[in-house]
Amino acid sequence: MGAETRQPAPAGLLPRAPLLPGSVVDGWLLEEKLHTGGMAHLWRVVRDPAAVPLPAAAAELARSLPLIMKVPRVKGGEDPATIVGFEVEQMILPTLHGVHVPRYVARGDWSRQPYIVMERIEGPTLRPRLDEAPLAIDEVTEIGARVAAALHELHKQHLVHLDVKPSNVMLRPDGSAVLVDFGLSHHDRLPDLLDEEFTLPMGTGPYMSPEQVQYVRTDLRSDLFALGVMLYHFTTGERPFGAPDSVRGLRRRLYVDPVPPRALRSDCPPWLQEVILKCLEVKPERRWQSAAQLAMALQDPSQVPLTARAGKMQTQGLIRGLKRWFFAVGAEPRSTPATPVVSQVMRNSIIVAAIDVDSATPELLEHLRETVRRIVLTEPGARLACVSVMKTARLGLDERMDTAGRSLHVNRLVGLKHWARPISKALDLNEGRMTFHVLEAPDAATAIVEFAERNQVDHIVMGARGNSALRRYLGSVSSQVVAQSPCTVTVVRV
Amino acid sequence: MRTALVTDLHANRQAVQAVLDHAAAQGVDGHAFLGDFVGYGADPAWVVDRVREHVARGAIAVQGNHDAAVARGALPTMRPDARRVVEWTREQLEGAQLDFLAGLPLQQTLGDMLFVHANAYDPPAWDYIQGRAEAVRSMHATTARVTFCGHMHEPRLYHLSVVGKAGEFEPVAGEAIPLLGSRRWLAIPGSTGQPRDGNPAACYAIYDDDLAELTFWRVPYDVEAAGSRILHAGLPAALAARLLDGR
Repeated sequence: MGAETRQPAPAGLLPRAPLLPGSVVDGWLLEEKLHTGGMAHLWRVVRDPAAVPLPAAAAELARSLPLIMKVPRVKGGEDPATIVGFEVEQMILPTLHGVHVPRYVARGDWSRQPYIVMERIEGPTLRPRLDEAPLAIDEVTEIGARVAAALHELHKQHLVHLDVKPSNVMLRPDGSAVLVDFGLSHHDRLPDLLDEEFTLPMGTGPYMSPEQVQYVRTDLRSDLFALGVMLYHFTTGERPFGAPDSVRGLRRRLYVDPVPPRALRSDCPPWLQEVILKCLEVKPERRWQSAAQLAMALQDPSQVPLTARAGKMQTQGLIRGLKRWFFAVGAEPRSTPATPVVSQVMRNSIIVAAIDVDSATPELLEHLRETVRRIVLTEPGARLACVSVMKTARLGLDERMDTAGRSLHVNRLVGLKHWARPISKALDLNEGRMTFHVLEAPDAATAIVEFAERNQVDHIVMGARGNSALRRYLGSVSSQVVAQSPCTVTVVRV
Repeated sequence: MRTALVTDLHANRQAVQAVLDHAAAQGVDGHAFLGDFVGYGADPAWVVDRVREHVARGAIAVQGNHDAAVARGALPTMRPDARRVVEWTREQLEGAQLDFLAGLPLQQTLGDMLFVHANAYDPPAWDYIQGRAEAVRSMHATTARVTFCGHMHEPRLYHLSVVGKAGEFEPVAGEAIPLLGSRRWLAIPGSTGQPRDGNPAACYAIYDDDLAELTFWRVPYDVEAAGSRILHAGLPAALAARLLDGR
């Protein structure tokens, strides 16, 4: 990014030379304008061989991928929506990874020419398929499952897309779905530049969730609502809430149910109606709770529990009281299916979290923490013992102090307490319910098993060594604990 | 260049050492110390010497209100606890260390970056950036695109868009945030020596000015040891207790 300048500049306000085929921007040669959208132009670009070299990683991507440059269309002086949306995408896209997003390559500073260079996805968007709707049921479920799988991957990366619609979904040649356009997205770990910027709900009218209409930008279930709108449209050929262009029109979806898909298409199976209407629930807590759950339902229709949603053949009218009555009596699943894990955990009274604070990866540590938190949460009387094993040699004295003179033992304890702190905060665990133990032993698995026996532990939670080479060389601690321990063992793997 | 931004060290040796170790492991190229090297904690001489060493090697350092108070001596207007800490701290420091604190500049600039302890609009008055209003005032008071300051102990990131809308963000440790050229930014790394957001782990941040990326960090350290140093020094016990839960 050596080409960036840092002088404060009135972004978006500078007159710029128009971009033409053959123009070079920051070493990117513009070959052909592929698309002009409402907010941006897309150019096919290649790296100019004469340009200053890119950092190694970006240079490799520039060599190996077909590339596009996205350039915002800033109209006149005042166009905050375009500017901020593009800033948001410039911030978010570099943090995303995996097959379900275009690979990010470079971005251009606003003081010169804002742009994003990214992978060009070979393949169409789903937009043209709307014109072919209604689609075959198999195809609807196939598309739904693929988009849901992509959304789950993005949700795991702290992202809520907030503008899921056919024109923002592309399919790779292998069929995997790619989400594009993150200009309205919310990322949990980055500043939300849109949060207080605008006084209108941000989104695309037909797809916006009720909570988005009410300015909520942090609920991943908003994306499931939008996917529900897509599935509804692909199934019936119609939009469930039309295409309103006013806030008042948008708010109608808070009060008015869509016409059930089966009323528009008689061969829509009840389970698909169930899936779609569950996506379109006004209250997020009544929808699918994760994209993975939704993907699973679409891939295994026989496992979808049918409720009154599945059998609905007409809208229940506009009278709110009647609707409330309907919700209260009909749409709710009659009983929540019991979770076997919960009942298992309920019996446990001493839980050990065996944590390798020094060498486990951050993802594994976080996974472990979340796993432990859930287990402790379900058992109000549970006690949590956080254990870490410090390896000592079998013979002779160890170097017990590190070079800076701080005790390794204390450091380990510090690390362990740091790991556990969010759990104790979240669950309000007081001193007695949570204990910390640094065990010094030559063999970690033996030490954990002995600790469990000694303390009549009910449940051990630990991580699996992720690196298979390391596991081959050192052996698996977790498999030894599983084999030898007297109690339940949960092995967490990322 | 990657710069470690360390502020409000407050004579906490254990926290400062942990942060410097963490920054070294991240491969930083330099340091900027944003003031308040002394006060509250029990190892002022050690901490001042670490900052002096870094400054001798080219690091940036600016003066904080505690540094100014210790360099000048206690005032009768101070609360008794604060006066006691200032007097005790002066006893721990040699002439050269006090001279170092007295001679620190109130602000420094480097390229499009401003380093200042409290704010850009009136550094010697030590006003706090308590929210967006003060942050906007500070961002308007400097031509620097990015301001780094301390004084507030909670990590925060403020930003100002071209149309004058300001935003506030509570950062998450370990996530690189691009400080886009389309905005002004004001970053408060949070206190190394006395975090106050309910998390006792020491705060600091790393700014990569080639990529314009800022990463906030939290570093656990031996809070109990730092607390017991305070108690052994005879300083107010509350100063030890607050480290334990980061209040």
